[in-house]
Amino acid sequence: MKLMVNGEAHEVAATTLAELLAALDYEGDWLATAVNSDLVHKANRAEFQLSDGDRIEILSPMQGG
Amino acid sequence: MFDLLGTALSSRLLLGTAQYPSPAILADAVSASGTSVVTVSLRREMAGGRAGEEFWSLIRSLGTRVLPNTAGCHSVKEAVTTAKMAREVFGTSWIKLEVIGNHDTLQPDVFGLVEAARILSEDGFSVFPYTTDDLVVAERLLEAGCKVLMPWCAPIGSALGPVNIPALRSMRAQFPGVPLIVDAGLGRPSHAATVMELGFDAVLLNTAVAKAADPVGMARAFGKAVEAGREAFCSGMLEPREVAMPSTPTIGRAVFS
Repeated sequence: MKLMVNGEAHEVAATTLAELLAALDYEGDWLATAVNSDLVHKANRAEFQLSDGDRIEILSPMQGG
Repeated sequence: MFDLLGTALSSRLLLGTAQYPSPAILADAVSASGTSVVTVSLRREMAGGRAGEEFWSLIRSLGTRVLPNTAGCHSVKEAVTTAKMAREVFGTSWIKLEVIGNHDTLQPDVFGLVEAARILSEDGFSVFPYTTDDLVVAERLLEAGCKVLMPWCAPIGSALGPVNIPALRSMRAQFPGVPLIVDAGLGRPSHAATVMELGFDAVLLNTAVAKAADPVGMARAFGKAVEAGREAFCSGMLEPREVAMPSTPTIGRAVFS
């Protein structure tokens, strides 16, 4: 399935958001995820089914003003 | 102590965490400023990256509260989703809401701001809106559920200081019970002291400290200026007059001729 992850195209076998994070080597409890511009809570990642063409954002804390 | 939305804070200075020469200097500047609230943000994390973890770990070690922002968001949807993501990561319902309307001036899109503020307030957020000094917009933000307002005093990062003091004075007079925090545009400690003397409750700044030749020294200077401005406001200042008044009593003055 083809996905856009943080603006980059990826071809992945993962079917859930949790699997995608693991496949791309994302780990840790400091990440926030959104699919198609909506937040997906950490607790829902394992059951969140991805679809071809989904846009995923994976964010983490950064400096801000 | 400064009561901000039911939270007792030891300082009226809120400090940004961006643009410092190093994480160590950021930590020292936060400490020197005396601030008890720092602003943070969210950005895309690289696959396998741990930049976010390192930064978050540093921030937690400072012992301050965090105020996440929605910097860089240009639409209501972006800002609302970013706020929700920030709440999950940072574990706070405080959000500095920025909906940018102009790429060059970084002026807030006040129409989008009011809409996003309403959505987030209804969702349980404490919204700190980055806004202009427009009184009607301020009214709308309060109606939308905001309990605090953060007007700019000049464009973000400009270091111009308060460019429209009558407007700030009018805002203070119009909303006596609302915490008002000047956010953006402060360049010097004297600017911070000036807006505190006007009766603003606090200031939020970043660039003026982070880009100073000595950020730690500048952080300390801003901390002192904010305290001085507040104490001056609380102590009742003289109004300027255009005629001289002798400060030494004239009664009993010797006459030698």
